Amino acid sequence: MQIGIPKETLKNENRVAGTPDSIEKLIKLGFSVVVESNAGASASFSDNLYKDSGAEVTKGEDVWNSDIILKVNAPTEAEVDLAKEGATVISFIGPAQNADLLKKLADKKVNAMAMDSVPRISRAQSMDALSSTANIAGYRAVVEASHYFGRFFTGQVTAAGKVPPAKVLIIGAGVAGLAAIGTAGSLGAIVRAFDTRLEVKEQIESLGGQFLKLDFEEDGSGSGGYAKTMSDEFIKAEMALFAEQAKEVDIIITTAMIPGKPAPKLITADMVKSMKAGSVIIDLAAAGGGNCELTSPGKAITKHGVKIVGFTDMASRLPGQASQLYSNNLLNLVKLLDKNKEGSIEIDFEDEVVRGVTVVKDGEVTWPAPPISVSAAPAQAKPAPVVEKKVEEPVSPVKKTVGMAIAGFLFLWLSSVAPTEFLSHFTVFILACVVGYHVVWSVTSALHTPLMSVTNAVSGIIVVGALLQISSDNTVVWALALLATLIASINVVGGFLVTHRMLKMFRK
Amino acid sequence: MSEGLITGSYILAALLFILALAGLSKQETSQKGNWFGIVGMAVALIATIANPSVDAGWSILVAMVIGGAIGAKVALKVEMTEMPELVAILHSFVGGAAMLVGINSYLDHGSMEGVLLNIHLVEVFLGVFIGAVTLTGSIVAFGKLRGLVDSKPLMLPGRHKMNLAALVVSALLMMHFVSVEGSTFDLVIMTVIALIFGWHLIMSIGGADMPVVISMLNSYSGWAAAAAGFLLSNDLLIVTGALVGSSGAILSYIMCKAMNRSFISVIAGGFGTEVSISTDEDMGEYTETNAEAVADMLKNARNVIITPGYGMAVAQAQHPVHEVTQKLRDAGVNVRFGIHPVAGRLPGHMNVLLAEAKVPYDIVLEMDEINDDFGETDVVLVIGANDTVNPAASEDPTSPIAGMPVLEVWNAENVIVFKRGMATGYAGVQNPLFFKDNTSMLFGDAKDSVDKILKSF
Repeated sequence: MQIGIPKETLKNENRVAGTPDSIEKLIKLGFSVVVESNAGASASFSDNLYKDSGAEVTKGEDVWNSDIILKVNAPTEAEVDLAKEGATVISFIGPAQNADLLKKLADKKVNAMAMDSVPRISRAQSMDALSSTANIAGYRAVVEASHYFGRFFTGQVTAAGKVPPAKVLIIGAGVAGLAAIGTAGSLGAIVRAFDTRLEVKEQIESLGGQFLKLDFEEDGSGSGGYAKTMSDEFIKAEMALFAEQAKEVDIIITTAMIPGKPAPKLITADMVKSMKAGSVIIDLAAAGGGNCELTSPGKAITKHGVKIVGFTDMASRLPGQASQLYSNNLLNLVKLLDKNKEGSIEIDFEDEVVRGVTVVKDGEVTWPAPPISVSAAPAQAKPAPVVEKKVEEPVSPVKKTVGMAIAGFLFLWLSSVAPTEFLSHFTVFILACVVGYHVVWSVTSALHTPLMSVTNAVSGIIVVGALLQISSDNTVVWALALLATLIASINVVGGFLVTHRMLKMFRK
Repeated sequence: MSEGLITGSYILAALLFILALAGLSKQETSQKGNWFGIVGMAVALIATIANPSVDAGWSILVAMVIGGAIGAKVALKVEMTEMPELVAILHSFVGGAAMLVGINSYLDHGSMEGVLLNIHLVEVFLGVFIGAVTLTGSIVAFGKLRGLVDSKPLMLPGRHKMNLAALVVSALLMMHFVSVEGSTFDLVIMTVIALIFGWHLIMSIGGADMPVVISMLNSYSGWAAAAAGFLLSNDLLIVTGALVGSSGAILSYIMCKAMNRSFISVIAGGFGTEVSISTDEDMGEYTETNAEAVADMLKNARNVIITPGYGMAVAQAQHPVHEVTQKLRDAGVNVRFGIHPVAGRLPGHMNVLLAEAKVPYDIVLEMDEINDDFGETDVVLVIGANDTVNPAASEDPTSPIAGMPVLEVWNAENVIVFKRGMATGYAGVQNPLFFKDNTSMLFGDAKDSVDKILKSF
């Protein structure tokens, strides 16, 4: 089947749905690939690079004559008209907002898969374009913040005076939030983060952020990795926390989004007023209306001395990386669709991932897909799998005592009949066992092999026994003792030597 | 040399042997420990030869020189991968020597009577029995490790009954032996039974259990020496035998614990054969990767853990692995090794193999030390290991290896598994690790793969 990769027509879009790398892999899978001329120019992938990777580079219309179209942004109506019947378009679509487009695609009998509808289950992680895009956006948010913030992120003590570290507050610790925490932290800032989902606390802390916790019992874990809407009291407590933090921090990065709804307003105009002059707010939820009341989507503005950045194209601002990750997401989806590994795709609704991404199939709108409910951390209600575990029954203390008593009596009986000479040897034996037990447990496990070889050597001490017998008048005894001496000597010399050889190898 | 001086020397030698084992508690003191052992042995030998009642002149010297020369030759030539074989064959020598000493002390026991004679006869019987079992058992273990004997467990019908019968018959023979105050016939029959018993005991144990078997034989060789000590009323032999015996017993215990198996079940034999293997179960798909991608991943990592298994030694990949380690460490990457107790064919075998490849021992950690760190690790390289990194051990209670402590590599960001193909490990169970999202398979010979990674740097 032929895959077409057109140039993106949306303004300011620098990304492309295929990199030379991903195309090479698609061709290996058995597809042929056509790329529109200059498709990757803004992401610094030249036509020549595409040609080298085995793709054909052509003019616009030819690309749309393919069986599969890979795109970044949703196709425009004009583009849908170009596509041939029965073709499959894979791109970001926003099915909730674009009902008209879905209808148009269905009428044209063009199948459509929305990369923003990939189910958030672990098997589909490699295709989750929202996550890979969010990750880039989170990183870029910090870079933008540092651009608009006229100070260091890291604290320094210099001869010319002390520089305090910047304080960054990140609201929402999803993929974007976590990427921002990591990036800001590695620049040296003090990072605080807030999220309604308590399950992310550990992730925040593992990235070096400080988790701001409300004194409030409510967990906001929703399904599909998003937070749910919280109760009014909770929101009140939350806003109080933000108001207090706003006075203190230098940079606020907000990432709070609830799917299918406008972004919640978390930073009020009053809070912006209370911030220090020169502070920066990066609103990653600008596309959904913004988390800050004053955000102006797509622009960077200054209000009350605070720079409020509402860019909606953060990922496109790192086009190389964004294209690479997105192309890999697409590649993984194509691999999944190409079940028989013969370079052709098949839309199989048995597969819940395929079901989830497909929004139009065979002239019918198939969005929304039936929900699959998975949370990042197992919900508390989930009962532990009942497993019949073989529990080792501890030996009952009574049994143990009885056993020891019997052993004791047996020993006493033995000692009553045995000669004293035997008993004194026995004493030595028992004490040596105790000493051996303690000494050997303290041997480090790394030296267990040398331990074995050195015990090989010392057990060659049996040679002493053989030597004591060698002066016997009995020729058989003499011969056997001689043989025993010989083989025990192998042990003594061999054991010590090989131990020495081994121990010499251990070095720091 | 006076009697007192000889006894004193023996006490000194016994103390030096204890110091030798104690020295092994740390790498820094281990070489000194070995010297203590050598000095102890020298003291004991000189005292014995200087004993006026020992008088055989040249023959002793010839035997010891020949034995010593053989030992030296073998010890200097042996490859570190062959250590298990060497250890096994050395056990058999101790067993053999103990058996011979036992027979000798029956043939020439001086004048004894009453209880003293009875006890002596029991000691002879036990000493010869343990010695003989150790002798043939170790030879079979040696053969299995060398590949001279099929490493699959030998499953004779009614093997448990045969073992039991051998023990019962030996016990009856002992009673008869004592009641008639010694009978060469009884002793010979019992020796033959013991030799066969030792052979069969180890024949029925599979290759995967070799670490336990060798530790167990180590223990037996100790008890055999101790029994000889009782025979000859020699405290030095008793002390040394007890030290070695308890050392082997502890090692067996550690090995069993690391495989979550009871000692009895190992000895009874047949691991991996009673398990019904359900490889048909759909595990999902695995991801394949290539050496260049792995090299890239390693260069960009901050924390790397390598978990080697015996497969690494088989492929002789430890030397290139060390070079990779060296390169990464020079680049500031924190590289460490995680060793499962049963990695390799001998307790601590993997540590020796890595030490031979010049990997510094302070970055080679044991399972318990490193298991909590996988969560903060960027890349884990699993080289030639399988069952020791199988998540089924902790996740799937129906798995045959359920409950076995394993290296929790799957908690790391990325896991690279070096493997020839999708075959199962010793335990015959498929490894769900290979099908995890964060796992990639690097197929091919481990050495070639590591060499390719080196080249890609």
